[in-house]
Amino acid sequence: MTAAPHDGTGERLVDPGPGAGRAVSPDLDAPAMDASGGVAVEVADLVKRYPKAPVDSLAGVSFRVRRGEVFGFLGPNGAGKTTTIGILTTRIRPTGGRALVAGVDVVADPVGARRRLGVVPQINNLDRSLSVRQNLLFHASYHGVPAAVRNQRADALLEQFGLGDRHNGRPDDFSGGQIQRMMIARALMHSPAVLFLDEPSTGLDPAARLFLWEKVAELKASGTTVVITTHDMDEAAALSDRVAIIDHGTLLALDTPEALVKGMTGERTLDCTVESGPGASATAIGERLAALAGVIQSDLLDDPSGAGWRFRIFVEGEAAAFVAPVAQAISTSGGKLLDVRLGEPNLEDVFIHLTGRALR
Amino acid sequence: MTVIAEEPAAGAVPGPMDELPKWGPWMTGLAILRRDLFVTGREFPVFLAQVILQPLFLLFVFGKVLTELGYARPGYEQVLFPGLVALAAVLTGLQSTALPLVIEFSYSNEIEDRLLAPLPTGAVAVEKVVFAAMRACVAAAVMFPVGVWILGSIPWQASTGPAVVAMIVLGSLIGAAMGLILGTYVPPNRISVTLTLAITPLIFTGSSQYPWPSLGTLRWFQVLSALNPMTYVSEGLRGLMAPEVPHIQTWICFVVAVGSLTILMAIGMIGFNRRAMGEFG
Repeated sequence: MTAAPHDGTGERLVDPGPGAGRAVSPDLDAPAMDASGGVAVEVADLVKRYPKAPVDSLAGVSFRVRRGEVFGFLGPNGAGKTTTIGILTTRIRPTGGRALVAGVDVVADPVGARRRLGVVPQINNLDRSLSVRQNLLFHASYHGVPAAVRNQRADALLEQFGLGDRHNGRPDDFSGGQIQRMMIARALMHSPAVLFLDEPSTGLDPAARLFLWEKVAELKASGTTVVITTHDMDEAAALSDRVAIIDHGTLLALDTPEALVKGMTGERTLDCTVESGPGASATAIGERLAALAGVIQSDLLDDPSGAGWRFRIFVEGEAAAFVAPVAQAISTSGGKLLDVRLGEPNLEDVFIHLTGRALR
Repeated sequence: MTVIAEEPAAGAVPGPMDELPKWGPWMTGLAILRRDLFVTGREFPVFLAQVILQPLFLLFVFGKVLTELGYARPGYEQVLFPGLVALAAVLTGLQSTALPLVIEFSYSNEIEDRLLAPLPTGAVAVEKVVFAAMRACVAAAVMFPVGVWILGSIPWQASTGPAVVAMIVLGSLIGAAMGLILGTYVPPNRISVTLTLAITPLIFTGSSQYPWPSLGTLRWFQVLSALNPMTYVSEGLRGLMAPEVPHIQTWICFVVAVGSLTILMAIGMIGFNRRAMGEFG
C-alpha cells in the first residue's frame, strides 16, 4: 500500500487498496484538525491479524476523529469495522499501529481510556440480575461517579430515554428498542468524551431508529464525540459529519457524505434488471456494458432480486442517452433488459464505486 | 442547535464532564464486588439451600445413619466432619466461578460491562475469585451449626480456631481458582459435561471422607488423592480440628495449599485474559 504525505501534519492519503481497482479522488482524507477543535480519536497504521487468520483483518488503517464530531464507519460485515471499534474500546489488542481515544493510548493505558469512552454494543449485555435503574447506577459506580451525582444522572437519563416509568423493570422484559435505549443511557452514565455505537439500528423499528438518530444529534450538540458503525447508507448519511468507508481491512475513503457523493460529479447511474437468455452470462454482459463509450463502471449487484441480474452502470453525462446503447449491448450478449432506472449517485453508489459491490 | 452555556436545555442529553471524578481502580473493584454481594444478598436463602444440601445429606447418611446402623465405626464423624467442611469450601468456590463465567462470557455477555470498567482486566478475574471464595466461606461456616444439629457435637478446639479459618479461606480460594480455569478454558458447549466429569472425581479423591495416611494398603488411590489440592484442605482441617485422627502434618498442608493456589490462579488468570481479549478459537 502506498501512502503519500497529504500535508504537513502527517495526515495520510487514503489509498483505495488492491481490491478497489479504481482511483479515488485525491482529497478524501480529513483536512488537518483545526487548532481549537482537538482530536477525539486518532488511529495510525492500525493492523490486526487474528491468530491463524490468513490475512489481516485490519491492514494499516489511519484516521482522525475531531472532538464533537459524529463519525460514521461504513462497510459490509467483516470489513474491519468491529475490529477497529474493538481496538479503540480496549477489547481487542492490535497487532500493530497506534490508537488514541481522548488523547489516551488504548494499548499503553487501557484503564485510562475506559474512563473516557462509552460503548453501546451490538448485542444486549445488560445486567439481567439488576433493574434498569440499578444497571445505570452500578455502571456509574464502576466508573467512580459519586453516589449523589449518579442518582441524579440516572433519573435524568431514564427520563430522557423514555424509561422513567419502568425503571424498576428487568432488562428481559423490554423490547429491542428499549434495550438499546437502556444501553445508551448506561454508557452515558459516566459522561464519556467519546461514545462508540456499534451497529445501533440493527433490528430496530423505524420509530426506534428515529429516536436513536435524535439522541445522536443531541449528543453531538452536548459536545460528545460519537463514533458509529453501520452498514446502513441512509443512517451513515443522516447522522455522520464524516464517513469512513472501509472494506477488507482498508480505508477506502473518508469525507463528509456530501463531498463523497460530490466526488462523483458528472456521473449518473442506470440500474438495469436483465433477464438471462440462452447462452448469456452475467460476466459477458457486464464486460460489454463496461466497454460502451461513456460508461465509467458497471457492477453486478450482489443481491439479484427475483429472476434477473441487476447491474448498476455509472455513466458520464446524461443517463437517458445511454438507455438505447445499454439495451442494445444487453440483447447482443443474449440477455433482455427488463427494467431500467436512472438516478443520481448517493452514498451507496460511492460505496459500490469504491468496492465494486453492494453493501448487502 | 443553540446551546446555552450554564443551564443545559431540559431534556437534553448531558455532555462529557470537564473533569473526571477522583477515582482509583480499587474503587471499581469494590463497586463490582458490591454488585455481586447485592445480587447474592437478595437471593440469600436460595444460595444457602444450594450450598447446604449436598454436605447435609453426606453428613447425615455417612455420619449419622451408617454409624447408628453400625456399618461405620463410632468416631467416623470425627474423620468426616472436617473433610465435609473442606468439601463445602472447595466445591462452592468452584461452582461459584465456573458456570457463572461461562454464562457471562458466552450467553449473557454481562461481563462485557465489567471488562469495560476502568480497572485492569486481571482485576475482574480476581474479583470473581474473591467473591466466589466469600460464598464458599459462608458455605463452610454453615456446616458448623448443621454439624452440631445432625451429629450432636463436632470436633473443635478453640486454640486452633484462627488456623481453621485460614485453611477454610485457602480452600475456598483454591476451589474458586479451579472454577476460574474451568470457566475460561472450557468451551461453553462442553461446560456441562466437563463439570460433571471434573466434580465427581474431585469430591471423591479429596480425602474428605477418609484420612489420607490410612490409605497405605490402597497405594494407587493414595497417590491419586495426593494429586488433588483438596486433600490438603481436608487433611489440614482434620489435623487442626481432630488431631487424634491420622492426618498429614498441618504445615505441609498449608504449604501445598498455598502452592497449588498460586499455580491454579496463574493458570486461571492466563485463561481469563485470553478469553477476555477474545483470543480463544
